[in-house]
This record gives sequence, structure tokens and C-alpha cells, in this order.
Amino acid sequence: MLAVDLPYWAQSLLRVLGGTVAVLLPAGTIVYLFLFKMMSFMQSRLGPMEAGPYGSMQLFAEVGKWLQKEDIYPERADKRIFKMAPLVVLVSTFLLVAVVPFGPEAWFTNFEAGIFYALAVGSVSVLGILMAGWSSANKYSLLGGLRAAGQLIAYELPMVLAVVGVVIQAGTMNMQGIVFQQNAGEIFGWDGLGNPFVLTQFVGFLIFMIAVQAELTQAPFDMPIAESELVSGYMTEYSGFRFLIFFIAEFATAGVFALIASVLFLGGWGIPFSWFGWDTLDDVDGWMNVVGPVIMITKMIALTFIMMWVRFSYPRFREDQLQKFAWKVLIPVALINIMFTAILKVVF
Amino acid sequence: MPKPQVPGLVKGLGVTLSTLAQTIKPKKLGGGANTVQYPHEKEAPPIRARGVIALREDNCTACMLCARSCPDWCIYIEGHKELAPPRRAGGAPRKVNKLDRFDIDYALCMYCGICVEVCPFDALFWSPEYEYSEPRIADLLHDKTKLGEWMETVPEAPELEAGAEKKGKK
Repeated sequence: MLAVDLPYWAQSLLRVLGGTVAVLLPAGTIVYLFLFKMMSFMQSRLGPMEAGPYGSMQLFAEVGKWLQKEDIYPERADKRIFKMAPLVVLVSTFLLVAVVPFGPEAWFTNFEAGIFYALAVGSVSVLGILMAGWSSANKYSLLGGLRAAGQLIAYELPMVLAVVGVVIQAGTMNMQGIVFQQNAGEIFGWDGLGNPFVLTQFVGFLIFMIAVQAELTQAPFDMPIAESELVSGYMTEYSGFRFLIFFIAEFATAGVFALIASVLFLGGWGIPFSWFGWDTLDDVDGWMNVVGPVIMITKMIALTFIMMWVRFSYPRFREDQLQKFAWKVLIPVALINIMFTAILKVVF
Repeated sequence: MPKPQVPGLVKGLGVTLSTLAQTIKPKKLGGGANTVQYPHEKEAPPIRARGVIALREDNCTACMLCARSCPDWCIYIEGHKELAPPRRAGGAPRKVNKLDRFDIDYALCMYCGICVEVCPFDALFWSPEYEYSEPRIADLLHDKTKLGEWMETVPEAPELEAGAEKKGKK
């Protein structure tokens, strides 16, 4: 993996640490940069300013506050399930980040069917949300949980179908392979930019981003946690560090999905291989293992900026509009997109 | 499903983005947030803001009109009669009402201003002063000394509009 030969336990430790950083760093960045600051600016206020310079320590203050709180659960709740639910949601985030490549050799695992695994594991969080909604013994939680389940399943489909277009074009389900195809590719014989799939699969990219927005239950798709009617949906009964885990999971998943989207559509960690005359993945220089993560984080921040911008601008979809939008608009468009991609793949 | 209003959606994004740009623009260039960082900088309330009710004790005759008209009974008045020297030499001594207690419980007050309206002797005034919060709710009961101190914060009455009829003593 690296130039130095590390024993197995050291490699595993390094991967665990790297995974933790890859989950917590995007979550912290998104919460401070976008949720605290950008949202405030968009509403013509300054946001947190007291804790640290420009409120940059606010996040630590909040985490400290949540950790101090009592671990409360409702009397009639199914306690074991209730306590487990946030962990299930967080675990699905950690499992997701495992297949994201950050450089030619900087990856946690390199599955042959990486994107297939990511999409499968990404839906585990639905289980956690349903568990939370059901075990809380609260009508708001239950309604929120059911709405979340309905929404996540509805938007899982267009997401998978949008990815299918990319997989057809790349000819592989391996995440490294998809990155390689984009950076080593060419557009009509010109290889100055590689071939980022956002150009050739623009419809797929749009569908994917909309579906991700819905998967993350961010506005305008935040019906499951609609605070004006459901208090806080499936999170209503949670407080203290269990709420914190839900909170981290929400924004960490946003970061991880942005990372996956940048791998699928924006060329991942790579820069066009023709610039340095690389032909295969093995040719790529070692320094890309350091530059790659920086490129990935930059792309993640750009994508989450758009996600959060949309979130802060639009009002919420009604439940029936939300379902109709998935089944009657996104899925047919995604199917047509797959058809065209397949035909063009055969033609060229 | 109605036709998606794409131009409207884009316009919405534009509004939030331009607000963002306006807020992070430096103050010197006319940018900045609409809010102020309260304990560090303060907003000047408008001069007719209903911050607190001040009392001019000399004008009060303990007539109780304010206490009786108060919707939630937050004004407490006690007084007694005193003999004052006559106006003209040889006259009988005058009877005047003296205030012993004039308290307003700001925990109850709902800032309707009926007491200020109803006072026939101009003893009660609105002041824009707003910083008088207390850690204990009972401490919000303020006595006549405190209410008198707030008289200093009462702004000059604005000029009457042209053509308005002046009421009261000439």
C-alpha cells in the first residue's frame, strides 16, 4: 500500500484512523462552514461569533453541551432498539466511506464492485431510521420514520439508475476504475481535460444530486423531519449524545455522498492523466496520494456548497409531490438516460 | 403536477446568493448583516419605542386612574393626604395627595401603554430604555425611585405636525 511495509495491524489501525477522519472532517467542515456560517449569511446575519475567532470553536462547544446531557429515553420505548438506532445510521456512513478512493493507493478497500456495494450499504441507514421511529413509542417519530422510509426507498431508485449510466460508460463498477476512465479518457480525441462524466452524463449527474438531496432528507426534501408538523420526525425523542450521533451521521453522510458524487462524475482524486503522460493507474506518481485527498476534499466542499445552497433556498415539498416527483419524473428520465447511454456506448 | 417553474427556482437561488455576498461584503463598502452583535454594539431604538414606563413623581396625584385602567393590575399605588401651605397669604391650607408607593411590576406589564394614555397630569412617560432585565423575576418590581431615574431617558416630545391643535394648558 505505502512505500514502507507496515505490519497488518498497523495498516488496519491507519485505515481505522483514516476512516474516522474521512467521516468526521467533512461533517465538521459542512456544519461550521455551511450550516453555521453560510446559512447565517444567506439570512443576513452573522451566525456564531463568540466561541473562538468568528465562532470557529462553536462546534466543540455544541459537542461538549450534547455530551453533558442526560441520556433520556421514553418510558414506553423499546429501549434496546432505541439505543441502537443512531449507531446503525452512523455505521452505514462509516461503511460507505470504506470504498471511496482518495488517491492511486490511498484507499480503504478496493472492491471490484465498489459502487454496487456503496449503493447497497447506503440504504442501511433506512433501517436505523425506521428503528428510531418505531421504538420511540411516539406518534411523531412513527410518522417521521414511515415518511423517511417511503422517501428513501423512492429516491434510492433514481440514484441507482443514474449510477447505471456512469457504470455503462465506464465499463466497470470499481471506483478506482471509474476514476481512471474519467482521467484517462478523451472527448472526441481531445484529452486535455480527460472525460469527467459530468459532461457526458449531465442528466445522470442532476438526477444523482437530486436523489442524494432526498436521501439525506435535506430541504426541499425534509418531509420526514418537518419540524412544523412532526416536531423533529424520527429524532423527536432523542437527546444528548444519541442526538449528536444522528446529527453527525446526517452531515457526515452528506460529505460522503458528495465524495461519491465527485468520484462518479467529477473525476475523483485524479487530474487528467495526459498532463503528466500517465497511461495506467500504476504510472501515477506517489505524490498523488497526498494531492488526491486535497482534490477530493475540494470537490466535496464544492458539491456540498450546492447541496446546502439548495437546502437554504427552497421551501419543503409536500409528501405527495415528493413521491410523484420521484416516481413520475426522476425514474422515467433516468431510464431514458440509461437507454441513450447504452445506445451511444454501442455506437461509439 | 404543475409545470416546474425553472426561472423562479433559479431566481430563488440568486436571492440567497446575493444576500450572502451582501453580508460578507466589508462594512466600509456598504455590506454587512442586518443584525447587530448585541452586547458589543447596540441598536438605537426609535424615540417612540415602548421600552419602559418612567414616572415624574411631582406630577402624580395618586389619583389611581392608571392602576385602575391597567389590564393586568401591575401598578401598585399608595398615598396619603397632606396639608400644604396656602397659595395666597391668609388662605386655608391646601390638601394635596402625596405618593408613598408607586410600583410597576414589569414581570406582569404587557406594555399596552394604557396607563400613559390615561394619566391626566402627565406623570407617566414612555422611554426607549430596554436594558433592565433581572436574573430573578421578583426583581422586576420597580419602585418610584427607579421609575423616576428613567425620566432622564425619556426623549423630548417631537414637534407637533403643522396645523395640529395643541391640547392642554397654553
